[in-house]
Amino acid sequence: MTITLSEAESRRIVARHGVSVSPFVTGSSADAVVEAVNADPNVTYPLVAKLCGRRIAHKTERGLVRLRIADEEALRSASNDLLAATRPEDGEVELLVSSMLPGNRELIAGLTTDPQFGLVAMFGVGGILAEAVRDVSFRLAPLQPIDAAEMIDDLETKQLFGEFRGEPAVDRDALISTLIGLCQAGADLEGFVSADLNPLIIVDGKPVAVDSLVEVESGDEPDERPSR
Amino acid sequence: MSHDLSSLFDPKGIIITGVSSHPGKFGFVVLHNLLASGYQGRVFPVGREPGEVLGREVFGSIDDIPEGAADLVFICTPQSVNEDLLRAAAAKGVTAAFFAAAGYREAGPDGVEAEQRLKALADELGIALAGPNGQGVVSTPSSMCAQIVAPYAPAGEIAVASQSGNFVSSFLNLAHHTGVGISRAVAAGNAAVLGIVDYLEWFADDPATSVSLIYMESIDNGREFFDRVRPLAERQPIVVVKGGASAAGARAAASHTGAMASDDSVFDGMCRQAGLIRARDVEEGFEVAATFATQPLPLGNRTVIVTSVGGWGVAAVDAMAHTSLVPMTLPSDLMEAIDLKLPPRWSKNNPIDMAGGETRDTVPEILEMVATHPEVDSVVFLGLGIQSNTAAMMRGGPFHPDHGLERIVEFHERQDARYATAMSDISQRTGTPIVVATELANAHPDNPGPATLRSLGKMCHASAGRAVRSLDLLTRHAAWRRARGLSA
Repeated sequence: MTITLSEAESRRIVARHGVSVSPFVTGSSADAVVEAVNADPNVTYPLVAKLCGRRIAHKTERGLVRLRIADEEALRSASNDLLAATRPEDGEVELLVSSMLPGNRELIAGLTTDPQFGLVAMFGVGGILAEAVRDVSFRLAPLQPIDAAEMIDDLETKQLFGEFRGEPAVDRDALISTLIGLCQAGADLEGFVSADLNPLIIVDGKPVAVDSLVEVESGDEPDERPSR
Repeated sequence: MSHDLSSLFDPKGIIITGVSSHPGKFGFVVLHNLLASGYQGRVFPVGREPGEVLGREVFGSIDDIPEGAADLVFICTPQSVNEDLLRAAAAKGVTAAFFAAAGYREAGPDGVEAEQRLKALADELGIALAGPNGQGVVSTPSSMCAQIVAPYAPAGEIAVASQSGNFVSSFLNLAHHTGVGISRAVAAGNAAVLGIVDYLEWFADDPATSVSLIYMESIDNGREFFDRVRPLAERQPIVVVKGGASAAGARAAASHTGAMASDDSVFDGMCRQAGLIRARDVEEGFEVAATFATQPLPLGNRTVIVTSVGGWGVAAVDAMAHTSLVPMTLPSDLMEAIDLKLPPRWSKNNPIDMAGGETRDTVPEILEMVATHPEVDSVVFLGLGIQSNTAAMMRGGPFHPDHGLERIVEFHERQDARYATAMSDISQRTGTPIVVATELANAHPDNPGPATLRSLGKMCHASAGRAVRSLDLLTRHAAWRRARGLSA
């Protein structure tokens, strides 16, 4: 049995290993997140607000993501709406508010535990269509920089990595560091099962995770849910 | 742990158990195939019927065989007697065994137990044990076809290890068909002791082998497989054909990554990381291995196509889409040099379409110019054999040898043989791979074009697409080596 950590927990785990995540704050009420946003100069409007918790693995499907929040009033209203959407089975929840970063390219980086090969890294075209498009590449972790570089070169959609719709080319070294860092995060976390950085968007050429999911063995916390 | 398999592949003498005069029995067939392939070591058939089989005296017991005269035992007897036979053989100095015998793991719970005992016994006796339930072992440096089935194969540099015996036969048949030969071939059978990676480890040090070709369906421990093959792949190209690739699809998983990590996509990534060269099927696997065995590694991905007719060149360019190969723009100095050799109607572009403008020496001269040009990394040559194809119709028609036909037929046939020889020489001399394709390789294998390549032990692909596919994998592997600072 496995559980998914909340987005905030997941973000902190990958960020500790050098993965760049969009600036964010958390809080349990509209007042708390407004105060936190005002106190953190890195978190800037427009914002994204999400309801997250260990039992909420797929926020978009439940309408628990609010985009393009322009000001404090909108943030309050979105926060209250999200908290009102909480279901009893969600358990402990919190609000996560982050800067909404501009970027047209959505990638995915991930890590999973393969029954044959152990920790396996994945990289590819991300976003909500990731599984439908399936332009992804795998390597066994840990990754050497050359392995990560070749994962990028494996993809069919190579034009995503050059200059793209007025945005600069992707910083390959930053992408390689992200992939290597993600592998280290998985290797260091006890009970690690899998992780997604999806989407990993390209901002000024650098990859930034704007959502993150880490799945771990459930250990002493029994969980009745099937793991999808 | 790496095993010394020299007694398995180059034995000085072979004991065969289960030999009878019945030509349908495994023991008889192995003896026959061994003698028919010209094995020069000593052969000791062992069986229950006294007398001779195929002119060889049959021994009633392994005990009667002189000590130290054989180092390989080939087991065709029923499971129940084989442990005693293995002990007796070991006592005579045997250090390797091939178990064709069945009745082990594949045969239910009793067989599983028998296989465990066999494994322990091989360990106790220090015997390198291949099989059980395998079809045999082939080794051309020892003129040895120790198999319960056909065929033998021409000598060459490809070593085969397969989890499926009948694909050993397929690879050997393809070696016959193409003329690109085999060094060693072994069916792993149940792989009780020796598995695919054990064979790969021995092949990597085998001076007779330049490329390994494996067929596999299952891996016991994926991580161990990866850790062991990666250093081998740096030393020798290893071509992999994986069966059952479509068997396992997506898994239930909380993450997108887990959901997309199918067995095949992870295996594919592992191959790329380890430097294994993955082919899609048995035929492609052989052709790719044959290309590695007979062509130098290219220094880059810039490719020039040389063709005698336009359409084939177009097909080759199409085949290069979604590969690592780039049909390069012809450098101006090369254009000028070719211009002096061909009539003005030639394509003046890549593909170099000679447009039927060839005279006696044109093809070898142009191939030489292209292959020696410093910007060209590889060459695809299309159209070998068309002159001889015309000649074949003339030779078989009602007017030959009159009306000047004898002379022109011989000219055409000589020309194709010259082109084939030139390709082989030029690629060897310049270090630029030249892959060749014509459907005549299948349709008319006796055509002097493909037939000459075959006699030189060089691969002639049956289509531009297949030649391009092999060249792509050759080029990708060369890039994999360069990226790791390994020599070409």
